Amino acid sequence: MPILSIRDALNQALREEMQRDPNVFLLGEDIGLYDGSFKVTRGLMKEFGEKRVLDTPIAEEIIVGTAIGAAMAGLRPVAEMMTVNFIMVAMDQVVNAAAHIRYMFGGGIKVPIVIRTPGGGGHQLAAQHSHSHENWFAHVPGLKVVAPGTPADAKGMLKSAIRDDNPVMFVENEGTYAVKGEVPDGEHLVPLDKNEVKRPGDDVTICAHSRMLLVALDAAKDLEQLGISAEVVDMRALRPLDMAPVIESVRKTGHAITVEEGWRSFGVGAEIAARIYEEAFDDLDAPVARIAGAEVPTPYNKRLEKLAFPAKADVIVTARALLGKN
Amino acid sequence: MKLDQRPTETARVLSDKSTLLKLYREMLLIRRFEEKTAEMYQMAKIGGFCHLNIGEEATIVGTVSALRKEDYVYSNYREHGHAIAKGVDAKAIMAELFGKETGTSHGRGGSMHLFDHDRRFFGGYAIVGEALPLACGTGYAIRYQDKPEVVMSMFGDGATNIGAFHESLNVAKLWKLPVVFVIINNQYGMGTAVSRASAVTELWKKALAYDMTGERVDGMDVLAVRQVTDRLVAQARDQHEPSLLECVTYRYRGHSMSDPDTYRGKQEVTEWKERDSILKFGEYLKRERLASDRDLEAMDVEVMAEVDAAVKFADESPEPDPKDLFRDVYADEAAS
Ligand SMILES: Cc1ncc(C[n+]2csc(CCOP(=O)(O)OP(=O)(O)O)c2C)c(N)n1
Ligand SMILES: [Mg+2]
Repeated sequence: MPILSIRDALNQALREEMQRDPNVFLLGEDIGLYDGSFKVTRGLMKEFGEKRVLDTPIAEEIIVGTAIGAAMAGLRPVAEMMTVNFIMVAMDQVVNAAAHIRYMFGGGIKVPIVIRTPGGGGHQLAAQHSHSHENWFAHVPGLKVVAPGTPADAKGMLKSAIRDDNPVMFVENEGTYAVKGEVPDGEHLVPLDKNEVKRPGDDVTICAHSRMLLVALDAAKDLEQLGISAEVVDMRALRPLDMAPVIESVRKTGHAITVEEGWRSFGVGAEIAARIYEEAFDDLDAPVARIAGAEVPTPYNKRLEKLAFPAKADVIVTARALLGKN
Repeated sequence: MKLDQRPTETARVLSDKSTLLKLYREMLLIRRFEEKTAEMYQMAKIGGFCHLNIGEEATIVGTVSALRKEDYVYSNYREHGHAIAKGVDAKAIMAELFGKETGTSHGRGGSMHLFDHDRRFFGGYAIVGEALPLACGTGYAIRYQDKPEVVMSMFGDGATNIGAFHESLNVAKLWKLPVVFVIINNQYGMGTAVSRASAVTELWKKALAYDMTGERVDGMDVLAVRQVTDRLVAQARDQHEPSLLECVTYRYRGHSMSDPDTYRGKQEVTEWKERDSILKFGEYLKRERLASDRDLEAMDVEVMAEVDAAVKFADESPEPDPKDLFRDVYADEAAS
C-alpha cells in the first residue's frame, strides 16, 4: 500500500472527489494560487481551475455563508478555514445557519458542506493561534464532527464527508500533516460515525482523537514495556459520538483515560466520561481520568507551552496511577 | 417622480391591466394577512416573535414581482409578505405561524423561519444580516451551473451596518454574482433610527464603496419600485452585475408585536400613513379607469376570504407529532 502523509492523503481525497463529482468545489483563503497555508490543496487550482478552487477574501463569514448558499442550490462545497482560530468570526454561519437550516425549515432542504479546520497548538503561536474547538462544534445538533488521526482515516473520512448530505466539521491538526502511513488507493471510504480500536489491550482504555491519538498510541507502546496493556480507541467520530467500542473496551479493562488537546472543562473527555458513567458505571474499577490542555490562553514561551499540552509522559503517569502501578 | 406625473411611462412598462390589478391584489393580500396575523397573535394563536410588513407592501410587491419563478429570495424575520409575494401559499404560512405540521416549515420554524423549496423562497432568517452571504453562495452556484437565474436578498436598514453586509457586497461585485440586494429602509432598526445607527444615511451610497450599482426609490410607490427592480434584475441576469436597491418605506406597527412603540412621534406615523401605498395605487387604478371602487371592494372581499380560509386551515391543521421531535436534525435519520 502507498505510504502518504496526512497532507497528501487529504489532497488525494479532494482530488478524487473533484474528479468524481463536478459539483464539488473548494473555497478558502489562499487555497489556490498560493497552494494553501498548509499545502493541503497543492496543485488543485492548476488542475481544476479558478471556478472550482476559489480563492476568497479574508472574510470567514462570507466563506462559510457562500458554502451554505451554494450547497442549498445543489453544489457540494468544501470550505477551508485557514486555521480553526478564525472560525470564531464565522460561528454564526456555522451554528445558526449551517447546523439549523434543515431543521428550522422543516426538512425542506439539506446543507451538504464540509468545513476543514486546521488547528491545535504546540508551534509557539501563542493564545490566538493554538485552539482546539471540536467540542464547540460537537455540542451542536445538526453538525457532524470528525477528527481523524491517521493518513488512511484522513483520506477515507474526507471522502465520506464530501459525500455526506449534512454539514460536516472536518477537524485537522497542524501538527500531524507530515505524519505518514499506509493509505489505500482510490475508493477508500471511512464512515463518519464509527470509532475504532487502533491498538488492542486489556488493562486500560485510552480514548483519544486527532494528534492525541498518536500520543496515546506512542504511550501505549511504552506502557507495554512497563507491564500495562493499554487499549487505544480512536475517537475520530465525535458527533454523532460512537461510544460502542469504548463501552465494550471498558467492560473488559475497567479503567478509562481520555486525552485531548483542548481545555478540560466541558471538553470532549467530559462527554466521553459522562457516557461511560451512564452506560458502564458498574464495570469501572476507578473514576475516568481526563487528560487535557491546561486551562490557560496558550503561552508563547516554549517551556510554558510544553506544559500547556498533554504529552506521552502524562498518559503514562496517569495510566500507572489509575492502575495503582506507580 | 409622483405617480400621477408618470402614468403613461409606467403604463408602457406595465401596460397590462391584469398585471397592475395583480400587483394591487398582492399588496392588499399582504395587508389583510398581516392584520389578521396581529389579531391571531393577540388571541395567542401565534407565539414567539412576530414582525409585520404593514406599510411595506409596495416595496415588497414591487421588488419580488419582478422575479421569475425560478429566481431565489432570501429574507429576514419580517418576511410573511415576502413569502406571499414569491407565491408561497397563504394557508401554509398561517399554519406555520400557528406552529402546525402543515406549515411551510412543519411548525419547526414559526413566524421568522418560513421556507418553500419549490417556490424558491429560501428562507426567513432571524439573525440580522446572516442571509446575505447565503444569497451570495446561491449566486455563486447559479454562475457555477451557468443558469439564467437571479437571487434577491432582502433585509432592513439596520442590516447595512453589520459585517456580513459588507463582506457580501464585496464578493458579489468581485465574483460578478447575479444578486439584487434590497434594503427595506423602514427608518428604524427596532427603536434606533437610521441616523442614530449609520454614518451614511442614504443607504444606497454604501454600494459606491464596492463599485456597485446603487439605487434609491420611493418604497411607497409600487410601480416605481417595480420599474427600477426590473432594470436591476435584468442587469443581474444578463450581465451578472449585482446591485444595491434602497427602498424608502415605513412600518406602521411596532418593531414586533411586543413593541410599545415609544421612540417615534405619532405625527410621523400619521404622515407616512397618509402616503399609504395601497390607497395611492388604488386611486391611480381608478383614475386610469383600470378599476372602479366596486372592483376594488370586491377584490378586498375576495382577499379577506382568502385570509379567513388560511386561518381556518391553520386552525384545523394537526400539531406536529411529538414522536417527530428529532426528525430532520440531519438529512440521514440514523444520525439524529
Ligand atoms: C445579529 C443580530 N443582532 C441583534 C438582533 C436583534 N434584532 C432583531 S431585529 C433588529 C432590528 C433590525 O432592524 P432592520 O435591519 O432595520 O430590520 P427591520 O426590523 O426594521 O425590518 C434587531 C436589533 C438580531 N436578530 N440579530
Ligand atoms: Mg428597519
